[in-house]
Amino acid sequence: MELLDIIKPENQVFCKTKLMTDTPLSYCPGCGHGTAHNITMEVIDEMGIQEDTIGVAPVGCSVLAYDFMNIDMTQAAHGRAPAVATAIARTWPKKYVFTYQGDGDLAAIGTAETIHACNRGENIVIIFINNGIYGMTGGQMAPTTLEGMKSSTSPFGRDIKTMGSPLKMTELVAQLPGTYFVTRQAVHTHKHVRKAKKAIRQAFENLKLNKGISFVEIVSNCNSGWKMTPNDANEWMVDNMFPYYPLGDIKVNGKLK
Amino acid sequence: MSELKLMKGNEALAEAAIRAGVDAYFGYPITPQTELIEYLMNEQTEKRTGMVCLQAESEIAAINMVYGAASTGKKVFTSSSSPGISLKQEGISYLAGAELPAVIVNVVRGGPGLGTIQPSQADYFQSVKGGGHGDYKLYVLAPSSVQEMSDFVEDAFDIAFKYRAPVLILSDGLIGQMMEKVKLKPQKKRRTDEEVIKECGSWATTGKTKNRERNIITSLDLQSEKMEARVHRLMKKYEQMEKEDLRFEKIQCDDAEYLIVAYGSSARISQKAVEMARAKGIKVGLLRPITLFPFPKKQLFKLADQVKGMLSVELNAGQMVEDVRLSVEFKVPVEHFGRTGGIIHTPEEILEALEQKIINNGTIRHHKTRESSIL
Amino acid sequence: MTEEIIIAGFGGQGVLSMGKILAYSGIMQDEEVSWMPSYGPEMRGGTANVTVILSDEKISSPYLKVFDTAIILNQQSMDKFEESVKPGGVLVYDPNGITHHPTRTDIEIFQIEGNKLAVKMGNKQIFNMVVMGAFLKIKPIVKLENVLAGLKKSLPERYHHLIPLNKEALKIGMDNVTPFKVANQVAHN
Ligand SMILES: Cc1ncc(C[n+]2csc(CCOP(=O)(O)OP(=O)(O)O)c2C)c(N)n1
Ligand code: SF4
Repeated sequence: MELLDIIKPENQVFCKTKLMTDTPLSYCPGCGHGTAHNITMEVIDEMGIQEDTIGVAPVGCSVLAYDFMNIDMTQAAHGRAPAVATAIARTWPKKYVFTYQGDGDLAAIGTAETIHACNRGENIVIIFINNGIYGMTGGQMAPTTLEGMKSSTSPFGRDIKTMGSPLKMTELVAQLPGTYFVTRQAVHTHKHVRKAKKAIRQAFENLKLNKGISFVEIVSNCNSGWKMTPNDANEWMVDNMFPYYPLGDIKVNGKLK
Repeated sequence: MSELKLMKGNEALAEAAIRAGVDAYFGYPITPQTELIEYLMNEQTEKRTGMVCLQAESEIAAINMVYGAASTGKKVFTSSSSPGISLKQEGISYLAGAELPAVIVNVVRGGPGLGTIQPSQADYFQSVKGGGHGDYKLYVLAPSSVQEMSDFVEDAFDIAFKYRAPVLILSDGLIGQMMEKVKLKPQKKRRTDEEVIKECGSWATTGKTKNRERNIITSLDLQSEKMEARVHRLMKKYEQMEKEDLRFEKIQCDDAEYLIVAYGSSARISQKAVEMARAKGIKVGLLRPITLFPFPKKQLFKLADQVKGMLSVELNAGQMVEDVRLSVEFKVPVEHFGRTGGIIHTPEEILEALEQKIINNGTIRHHKTRESSIL
Repeated sequence: MTEEIIIAGFGGQGVLSMGKILAYSGIMQDEEVSWMPSYGPEMRGGTANVTVILSDEKISSPYLKVFDTAIILNQQSMDKFEESVKPGGVLVYDPNGITHHPTRTDIEIFQIEGNKLAVKMGNKQIFNMVVMGAFLKIKPIVKLENVLAGLKKSLPERYHHLIPLNKEALKIGMDNVTPFKVANQVAHN
């Protein structure tokens, strides 16, 4: 086979996501952020809504999402993305508005904004990357850090008595009448990537119905913060994160499962 | 017995707080000061001295935790860096209004907005001109070495309790991240609850006993006359601070013909520029304000009779320079030099700026300086 | 005596810790020291550098533009810091991964095969100590015994058994540092 045959579209199995820019990702090798970016952009590409999509970037490792996602984006202050997105969606009701946030951003400093945007039932998508730690600042404890898990601010393991229990933000927002679709996914295997992508597609489709928040949690890894190799981090995630943060839909079409 | 250690500025400050017998710390991670909370957590302060250390869910929560502990007379502090300090401004204004002793540490990075994580002194205005709302000031200490990061903790608490007012330690990424030798003070005992009640029982909410009136902590005065009286009370404190607790350092000023004014990390770098200038035969001195409020106004006013010009060196686009100009009342030209965006000026750049802006152009620029700076 | 040093390389090469050990060694012989790192989101695999100053006088600026010695461990750092060595100063580098060798003729340049020697010793982690040995051979600003005492102070107790290995690495570095002649390099090209 000639090279030209190999690169014919019908022979192509995989190619770079069209709506990702050529900027090299700044994420650590093996980090789930990159995959989550990819599938979000694939969905927007497949729906043909690049022109109508406005993203809101958080403060966290994915603060630079706007360098990688080839769409218009606004970068919000730490934790305030849902408020920023609220205003964009209210003033541009026909646009597809989404936030992309880490667990420190969404579930610690931004708790109020998250809960109230969900409670008001804003017509936005929230993509929530839960890696159980603050990646960007070098591995401090997050609200989602598991019991006994070590981080730089819980060097002896998270102690429930003084530091509280790992926060299940997704279950919490599912209780609010303003959320329409709430699901928890992962992106560490092909199978999971496909499922997560379907969930994100669903979330963006929901925006057409104007029914409120679609909230997609992605349980992810942070091999740097967890101080593990990418493979070990994924295994550790399956063994430890998934039992506490079980995958699957929590609320569909406004009804709790 | 004091102990000699090699530590980062952030770590030295944390260790000094434990040793000063501080009761509590509340904070939220942010570069370049995260080592502070990491150090405290690693030291297991609750086991070591009984000092509470809690990672809050945000800077807003942290400063209000500080407000809570301070209202009961406990020695409490928080730390953050610029974007986080902006979030704390509401709480700081409340602390000032309610007249509570507390220490806030800002390890400054470049702004505005999310900015950069590299060192900066761009929070000067925020620190000395209010920051939060209302008529108040902070007593502001600006350490320029790791040793001072350590020493200023106790000094800050002394001032906070002397005046029942919030005190700010204004550091930056350079002083916070660098390591130097530091002499640590011996461990002080934390005050017992009884001692806190004895010391602060006249105002703190420690529980009403039969032999005293209720204590109420608030910053609210719906009656304007009362509110004005509160503001006057605050202003009195600030006047007293200016009289009794102004701090500055004069380096090679005696025979100086030119003066650099700089604080914190800029003062360190400027000192090298002074050495280099003197090696070239240029008589340069350095005035380092150690407190940014109170500001060494009178000292600058006097020095203006001696030197031909002043250069305010700051890691920002020109903030303290305004106070220097106000202090010297335009007796001599005052110019600003500083890099921004997290870039640190080198001693060579400072010397060059001094030569270009002050020495070579000094007399010619005098009137220009006057006019443009008034505009 | 004042010695102003920049150590620069990749994050993870032990740049910062080499600086720290040097600073600790200075303390052991009663000198003033400062250690000023570049800092940032280090997990991005970027470059790291640290300015270390040892002096018998109080240190003014911990941040400098020019240095007595540059210890350079990757190409990016070579590109950035070759120019910042003072005339008459010293540049020590590990040629591993260096494609553009230094070209200055007004400074003294030395090579140390730190990577190769550390691999030969069976411990890549010890690389920075080999390089430090090379530096100390050229500029014996701290005594070996003070380096070892500094190591003891800066390493947690559980790593103290590694001190003899570190000592060996320092020695190997001292024995294997070689002067580098710029003219040779030009001729090769
Ligand atoms: C007001 C404010 N406080 C703190 C920070 C520092 N900060 C930056 S990112 C971050 C946490 C990021 O963690 P997470 O949201 O879990 O995202 P990840 O990096 O793990 O993807 C913090 C605390 C900041 N930039 N602004
Ligand atoms: S630090 Fe963690 S979250 Fe950030 S890019 Fe690296 S692996 Fe991902």
